[in-house]
Parts: sequence; C-alpha cells; structure tokens
Amino acid sequence: MKRREFITIPAASLGGLLLFTLDRRPLRSQTRDGSVRVPLKFFTEAEARIVTAAAERILPGDESGPGATEAGVVIYIDRQLAGPYGRDKNRYTKGPFVESVPEHGYQGKATPREIYREGLRGLGDLPALAPTLQNEKLRAIEKTPFFALLRAHTIEGFLCDPMHGGNAGLIGWQLVGYPGPLMSYRDEIDKNPGLPWRRKPVSLSQVLGRPVKGWEEE
Amino acid sequence: MKTLKPVDVVIAGGGWTGLLMAKEIATRTTLTVAVLERGPARKMADYAAGMDELDYNVRLRLMQNIAEETVTHRHSVRDAAVPVRQYGSFQPGTGVGGAGEHWGGVSYRYEPDHFTLATHLRGKHGAARLPENLAVQDWGVTYGELEPDYWRAEQLIGVGGKAGNLRGKIVEGGNIFEAPRSHEYPNPPHKSNYLMNTFHKGAIDLGYHPYPVPAATLTRTYRNPDGVTRAGCVYCGFCNRYGCMIGAKAQPSNTLLPVLASRRNFELRPGCWVRRVIHRGGKAEGVSYTDAAGEEFLQPAGIVVLSSWTLNNARLLLLSGAGEPYDPATGKGTLGRNLTHQVCAGLQMFFDKPLNSFMGAGGMGEAIGDFEGEGKVDAGMLRGGGFRTQSSGDGPIASFGRIPPGEAKANWGAEWKQSSLRWYDRMGSVMFEGDHLAYRHNYMDLDPTYTDKFGDPLLRMTLDWTDHERLQERFAMRIQMGLAKAMGARPGGMLRGVGKRYSVTYYQSSHVQGGVIMGASPEISVVNPWLQHWRVPNLWVLGGSTFPQSGWGNPTLSALALTYRAADALVNRYLKRPGGLA
Repeated sequence: MKRREFITIPAASLGGLLLFTLDRRPLRSQTRDGSVRVPLKFFTEAEARIVTAAAERILPGDESGPGATEAGVVIYIDRQLAGPYGRDKNRYTKGPFVESVPEHGYQGKATPREIYREGLRGLGDLPALAPTLQNEKLRAIEKTPFFALLRAHTIEGFLCDPMHGGNAGLIGWQLVGYPGPLMSYRDEIDKNPGLPWRRKPVSLSQVLGRPVKGWEEE
Repeated sequence: MKTLKPVDVVIAGGGWTGLLMAKEIATRTTLTVAVLERGPARKMADYAAGMDELDYNVRLRLMQNIAEETVTHRHSVRDAAVPVRQYGSFQPGTGVGGAGEHWGGVSYRYEPDHFTLATHLRGKHGAARLPENLAVQDWGVTYGELEPDYWRAEQLIGVGGKAGNLRGKIVEGGNIFEAPRSHEYPNPPHKSNYLMNTFHKGAIDLGYHPYPVPAATLTRTYRNPDGVTRAGCVYCGFCNRYGCMIGAKAQPSNTLLPVLASRRNFELRPGCWVRRVIHRGGKAEGVSYTDAAGEEFLQPAGIVVLSSWTLNNARLLLLSGAGEPYDPATGKGTLGRNLTHQVCAGLQMFFDKPLNSFMGAGGMGEAIGDFEGEGKVDAGMLRGGGFRTQSSGDGPIASFGRIPPGEAKANWGAEWKQSSLRWYDRMGSVMFEGDHLAYRHNYMDLDPTYTDKFGDPLLRMTLDWTDHERLQERFAMRIQMGLAKAMGARPGGMLRGVGKRYSVTYYQSSHVQGGVIMGASPEISVVNPWLQHWRVPNLWVLGGSTFPQSGWGNPTLSALALTYRAADALVNRYLKRPGGLA
C-alpha cells in the first residue's frame, strides 16, 4: 500500500478574517497557532510543495490581499485530482488519439492527474527558489496545457465553495466581496444602482444548515 | 433482449418537448404513454444543494456525460473529424427535464419572414444574387398559423415581458419590431438593475428601441392554465447551468411533471438509453433501449416520438435507417441536412462602478429589436440578429480575471491579480445572437471511426462559418462598440465570436439545430409540417432538430409551440385516421 502523504501547513497562513482599512486596504487577522496536517489524496508531499509554490506565484499574497496559499489552493487541487475529474470520468477518452487543428482543443490521452505528475517533474526545485526565479521558471512553461490547468485550478481553489477544500475561511470571497450562495436578492436586485452590495460571506452548507458534498467526493 | 408489454406511445427523451407531448396525449386521451429518459431523475432539493459554481458552472454537472457519448467535428468533407472531447461550443443536458432544467428561460418568438425564409430572400434579393450553396428553406408553417401555439407556450411557462405589437397596435416600451401577438405576456417583465438601466438609456440615446428580454424565470407567483402554480424569481443568480431551487424558472420538472404525476396512463423511466427505432415497411414498431443496469429491452409501441436533443434525434434516425442520409456532393437525401448553430458574438464592457453581477436571473436583461431578422444591416448581409445585455448571475470563479485588454502583461501573477481585484464585478456585456443560415456543406452523418460507450457510431458534424457569418460578426462589433460608448463603458475583449473557423473550444450557445428538418414536401425535409416522419407516419420528431435553419433568437419557445401544434395534429387528426397528415 502507498505510504500516506501529508502536507503540514502553518495554521496562521490559512484562512482568517479579512479586515479592510478606511482606504480599502485588506488586512488579514489570524490568531490561530500551530499547524494543520492535511492528508494528501493524490500528491506526494514534495509535489504538494511545488504546487503550493507555483499557485502562490499565480495568485500571490501581497499588499492587495491574501493569495493562493492562504486559501489552501493546494488542498483543493489535490482533491480534484483524486476525484472523477482527475481521472477524466467526464471527458471523451476513446481513441484513436489524433492531433488536430487548434479549433478542436486538447485531443491528448493524458488525464489531469498524468498532466500534473509529468508537469511537476520539471519543477522539482521550485519551492527553494526566490520568487523572481520562480516566476521565470513558470514563464518558461506558461504556454503548456499543464500551466493552463494549474492557472485555472488556482483561481477555482481561491474562489470555490469551501466544501471543495479551497477558499479556506472564505478568504477569497472576503477579498473580492462575494457574499456566497444566498437564497434571495428579491429586495436588493433593483436597489442601490451602481453601489456595491457587500455582506460577510457564507458558504453553501451555512446557507442550507447542513453539510454538502462536492462532486469529487461522490 | 427482453420484449416488454406494448404501450400506445413511447417517447424517447424526457425534456421540454417530450414531456409536453406526453402531457398533451396523457391528459387528452386514454392512451398509455411511456417516456424513456437516459439521465437521472432529480428533486428540487437537489437544486438547492447544487448552488455551487464549481460543480455546475465549471464542471457542468447537469450536462450529458461526454465520456459516454459525444459528437465528432470537421470543418469540411476534405478534413478528418475528431471527437469533441470536452464541452465547448454547446452543452447538451441530461436527466429528467433535459436541457430544460439548466436553460436560462429566454423566450423569444421568431419573426414571420423566418418561417418563409427561402421565399422571402428570393423575393427580396432575387435567387441569382443569393449565395450558391445557401440551403435555407420555408418551414411549411407560417407565423400566423403558429401564433396561437406561441401564446399557449407562453402561458405554459409563464413568460414575463412587454408586448410591442398587440394585434397590430405598436406599444412603446415593448419590442416594436416584433410580429403581432394576440395577447400581452402572461407576466410583467423582470425588475431592472443598474446595467439594464444603463443599456436602456444608451440605446435610446442612439435612437434604438430597447425592450425587456422575455423570460420564463417567473417575475411573480403564477398559476398556468394547467393549474400549476410556481413562485416568483428571487434573483439568486444560480440559473443558467443550474436547476431552480424554488421552481421559479420554468423547467419540465416543475411545469409538466406536476400534471403528469397524477396520470395513471403515464410512466416515466429514467436511466433508459434509447438505441434504435424499430421500424418495418414504413411503420414504427417501438424502440430498443439499454437501462442503467445495462440490460437491453424492446419496447413495442403504436406511436414512437423522438424528443431527445437535436444531435441525438438525427443520430437515432441515422442509426435506425429511418430516412435517406443526406449527401452533400449530390444534394440527395434529407436526413442530416441543414445543420445550423447560431452566430453569437459579444463585447465585454467595463464600468467604473460595481454591478453586483452575482445577483440576477436567466433571461433578465434588456434588448434592442432594431436589427432582429433584418433591420438596417450592412450590405451583403442577408440576416441580422438581436442585441442584449443580460444579468443572469455570475459567480466569482467566472468573474475573476475579467480585465480590460492591456491592463496586465500576463494572465497570472501580482500585476494581474491586482488588476483582477480592481476590475472585479465591473464587467457587463452586450451579446449579439444572429440567424445562422443553412448551407449545403453544413450537415451531419455517422462517424466512420469513433463510437459511444456501446460501440455505436457517433454523430459527425461537418460545419464551418462562411463570409456571411463573419460579416454578421463585424457588423455586431460595430453596433456593440457604439452601445458601449453610449453607456459610458470601456469596451473590452470579445466574447464567444465566430473567428476564422468554427471552434468547439469555447461556448457559443446550446442552440444547435437541424438534421431532421420539417418542410412542405418529402424531397426537401424529413418530417412534415406536423412533425410527422414523411415515410413512417407513426413516427414523430420534436425540437430543434426539425428547424430548417437557426433563427437569431433562443429556440425553446418555438420548439414548445411546434410541439403543441404536433400534439393537436396527433390527437385530433392522426388518432382518428392513422396515416400521413400531409
């Protein structure tokens, strides 16, 4: 049996409450100590570290607010790849596999799991590099299908419902000002034209008052 | 293969048209009706738990599993087709209710000259001046004949809107370019938000004639003529690609099933994948299907109705040998001809104010009718189309990263992130939907190489754009730039779009049409104007597959109206005297 792999994440770097200063600058408050040991479903610990580093370059935490690491993007990607999506359960994968014109999109045989495994092999030393060198390394692969997946998954993991493992503490929704899947805007839809409507966000399971499972867990 | 007890009517496909036909037959006659639907049944509670952007809008959970069956595509007969391996340009639904569960509820009528398009264009331009390979046809039914059925369809689903032409009287504020309608809409239009108000004002400043988009996302609590009551929309923004958690959006599951549930002569079988129409000597004998457990059945029936999605209707008939396959080289054969999609091109518009675009409803929007059908379009253009802005609800994943061109050097990294935050929730769009004309070279047949999960050949689409569609796109872009400017918005990149060649990689619309087209004679069509197969009179085909060419507007309302008309013909005429009605 495969050895169980974990990634250890400092609790202080995950989720948290986002406060906005008067000039709308986001300040992240995090009081949790210690670390979270997250069991990995697909990645090895070394792979998870590379994905963490790469996602943080795509969506960096900086003075504009938290980024991929704080949202736990790596946990999201790990769970997606472990589920039906990672195994291409909803993509037509019968042969023959023929390269075609760009208008026909990705025609390859490799699944997202295989694309990641192969792509990560070329980024082995990424976590140890300085951010500018990390950026250079990613720029060299930015036209590849692997990078396209990594970029899309980073955004998804930053802004998905937390049931999928990303958007820890609703940090992504706090940052952009998305209130979550609220049931009704009947009284708001035609009010405050041109003004933002903002609330402390809530997740789908908070809205429904019961746990909800993502497709990847079914 | 196990042979089941015969039923009077078997219907393949449990979406809008199949379940509407089932309702009409099961409530107006004592015939036994069985609907076979290959996808699962769902409950309204599933839709509340489905208010999740990732699973439904990104991973497309309500769509047919493309791993089991897809289509192949090639640009011309000279090319080799390859499979559409992941969803892009269109998204077929599955499950009880079909695509009618995840649609947006936009409910346009087609204009009168669309139903007589071949005659109209020949009369206007002269046959010699039309493109040589143009294959547009008359439908064999006129707008005037269909108007009462449009009205029935609007009442069924509770369309909200504002009439612009009531029995010939022009009404300001509605679509003054529309064909005369016999009644005002059953419900008022949607509320108007900042984006719609801005569009409305900009359009008026330019001398256009804005009107509210007609929508089947109920604008108030509504009881339809069947006695089905549904709640008004609450603008949660989970509409397109989602099922409605309160039943405000008209879906077969909340509009037709409540009527059918109490009928003892009606039976719905989910998980049943129809494989063939069994027919002999010009008579359909039933269908064969495989259930969810993989067991094969033969369901004998007196009448067979095909109401699966456009491409699958054509494929089932091709697989069953019911009709002569179309040959683009000779122009012979009718089955598979006149494949059309829709000419969709949008312009992003960036505003300096937040739009709260997570709020909204399918079909909630503002449109201009000035170029619908034709209007003052560019030289060389035979048809125009509709323009609208829409607030159907945008989730944060789809919204993030929409920035004006030139705002960031890369599409990732610190600069891009900061720009994405600055422009988050600032983007609206104005979409163009144009008529897609039918051409001799755009058609469907069976693929010689690729197969579905059972080993049956996939459908092959041979489809590409022509100069006419590129002309429509250029025209659309000019009108859209003008609208953006009038709205005080900064124009951004293009959305959807025609491009050099037809692409399956990005979403255009799910309004694929043709293949089993209707018409006035068996030489040019597969089904007659009552949607009855010319050669197999107890076989009926419903939905977008019967449209001889694509109109600019969304097709669902027209599919429903034509189904009412077919149901009347079947119940009132065919049952009394079985045989060809035309």
